[in-house]
Amino acid sequence: MTDSNSKMPAGMAPGLIALGLATAYLVALLGAEKQAVIISLLVLGIGAVVGAAWLGLFDRVSRSFADHEDALGGSAIVAALALAAYFHEDHFVLLLVVTVLLTSVATLGLNVQFGYAGVLNFAGASFFGVGAYTSAVLNAYTSVPHLIVLPIGGVIAALIGSMLLLPVLRTRGHYAAVVTIAFALLFKTFLEVNDVLGGPQGMQVKGMNILGWSFNDNIEAGGITISFYMGYFLLSLALLIAAFVLVRRLERSWIGLNLDALRLDETAASCFGLDITRWKITAFLIGNFLIGIAGALFGMVGGFVGPNNYTFADSLILVSILLLGGIGNPWGLVVATFIVVVVPEKLQTIQEYRFLLYALMVIGVLLFRPEGLLPRPVRRYFPRWRP
Amino acid sequence: MDLGLFAQYTMNGLMLGMMYALVAVGFTLFFGVLDVIKFSHGDVLTVGSFTALATFVGLSALGLHSNWLALLAMLVVATLAMAFLGMLIARYLVMPLRSAPPLNTLLITLMLGTVLRECVRLFYPQGANPKPFPALLPRASVDIGEFNLRLDNVLMLSAGVLVIVGLQYLLNRTKLGLAIRAVAQDEETARTMGINFTGIVLITFALGSGLAAFAGVMNGLYYNEINFGIGLYLGVIGFAAAIIGGLGSIYGAILGGFLFAGLQTVGTVLLPFASAYKDVFAFAVVIAIMAWRPTGLIREKISERV
Repeated sequence: MTDSNSKMPAGMAPGLIALGLATAYLVALLGAEKQAVIISLLVLGIGAVVGAAWLGLFDRVSRSFADHEDALGGSAIVAALALAAYFHEDHFVLLLVVTVLLTSVATLGLNVQFGYAGVLNFAGASFFGVGAYTSAVLNAYTSVPHLIVLPIGGVIAALIGSMLLLPVLRTRGHYAAVVTIAFALLFKTFLEVNDVLGGPQGMQVKGMNILGWSFNDNIEAGGITISFYMGYFLLSLALLIAAFVLVRRLERSWIGLNLDALRLDETAASCFGLDITRWKITAFLIGNFLIGIAGALFGMVGGFVGPNNYTFADSLILVSILLLGGIGNPWGLVVATFIVVVVPEKLQTIQEYRFLLYALMVIGVLLFRPEGLLPRPVRRYFPRWRP
Repeated sequence: MDLGLFAQYTMNGLMLGMMYALVAVGFTLFFGVLDVIKFSHGDVLTVGSFTALATFVGLSALGLHSNWLALLAMLVVATLAMAFLGMLIARYLVMPLRSAPPLNTLLITLMLGTVLRECVRLFYPQGANPKPFPALLPRASVDIGEFNLRLDNVLMLSAGVLVIVGLQYLLNRTKLGLAIRAVAQDEETARTMGINFTGIVLITFALGSGLAAFAGVMNGLYYNEINFGIGLYLGVIGFAAAIIGGLGSIYGAILGGFLFAGLQTVGTVLLPFASAYKDVFAFAVVIAIMAWRPTGLIREKISERV
């Protein structure tokens, strides 16, 4: 590296500035109503990103994030809260942000499977759906407290995922991919023909209700009306923070090291005494658990679950997010989720074409920048250590 | 069960098996020459059947009313167009990634499949809805007891058998087939023997994709309806069939296709909740087979497992 400062700890300033700019940009984009404004904002954003990459600013930002992750993570939470406070009465924007947060949780789960352990899962949306249907059924027929429904959704997703464990463990690469693809198709057709779960019409989901506080009512406080999505927003944010911390700790710990070794070379890893089966199972179940929790909460947010929301194409979108964000980089994932979820919602003209566009984008990324937009940094074995 | 019903189910199973076998042969051919799985294979089939449908619509608009001529034109156009598409995919997406990790090939062909599927859905007029496919074969039928033997099914089955026999002849009796088998066995040796590697790979992809188009037309004629999702469905089942037979073996793929159709038919007949869960059962069988015999009933030439 030519930069003479590369051995010095980076300052916090570049990270903070980047975060501030990103938040301001998001506020502008989410608040924009006219298609012309949105398109110019998107063009501006792309221009700014390309310009920053050309000037080499990204390197400084990512080093700043690497050196001050906790402080900047805290700032990111503050930024998210500020964003929500700004849009406190806008249902649509808050719903969009909640979708981003929960999709991020799901992709974090996928990241544990795919990014760390190298276990393929092309049925992400199906396990998300398992969570959502769990909350639909439990909220409708039982009086299980709704906060407990969330982990149950995760557990059920992990349990149903464990039915796939045997074929996934015994196969690899393309073969394992086909197992999960077959499951994604199976899940959707099963939902369509199963009358108990509502068939093609789907089911209504009762909203979250904690100790008498119903999340589906607007909040009136001191003359200000706060959208009912604010409760969901706070809960989703808490969930994302928990999932993010979990995944980061997992990555840094010896478990993450084992998973990395497993992904990079199974044979070598088993020669060094790693129990391949055990770690694959661990990663697959943790991943499904996270996806299931996110799905359970998302079912309550949307108030409706149906087979068409959990198709194979949706699973591929989750995989696209992973590839765009840079496999294995949680920060990149959150950024990529924002792009993938928000852009088609705001730009109505491309909404219909989103599967096509993302598929083309992923092909482009694979051909020209296989490591993703924000590649995973090299593992840091000691504090302040830089390869 | 009485004999007539049994014959009926056998006939249905054979038709299904023929389609699965044609798709599976494509997978096995591609795997043979390049050691890759092309996940967009099923969607090439979809594009093929929609090309055939578009050809039919175009010909009707031109005032052609002969069913046989229309069918011939549809088959020729769809097969050639898909053969060309297959060559393009091989040349510009699969071959450049030969040195990349296999995961990238997997993802790129999967995404390409999505691109094809979405293109059909978005750009074919009302492509999101199921489309009626013209019944071009004579619909005469003979009743043998309870068994209703339809002439169109017999014709399709015989056409399928002819195609497979033809493929067999091409692979085992011609110089081109020898070259394909040589490349499949050992790329480097084949090259030193003066075989044009790229050319053979492209021809193989053209061959496999043409077969997919044929299967697509057959699927349309059999169900009299096509939609943009059929390829994904047939692709996954075809791949499973190819695996049952052991990837890389043509006979295995054909056998796998019929075996899978047999299992599916037996399952539909014997299971109590029968036809509603027919697809669920099919995919469950795919998963179960992968769990039971990950490398197929007939072992691969060189096992991937360490």
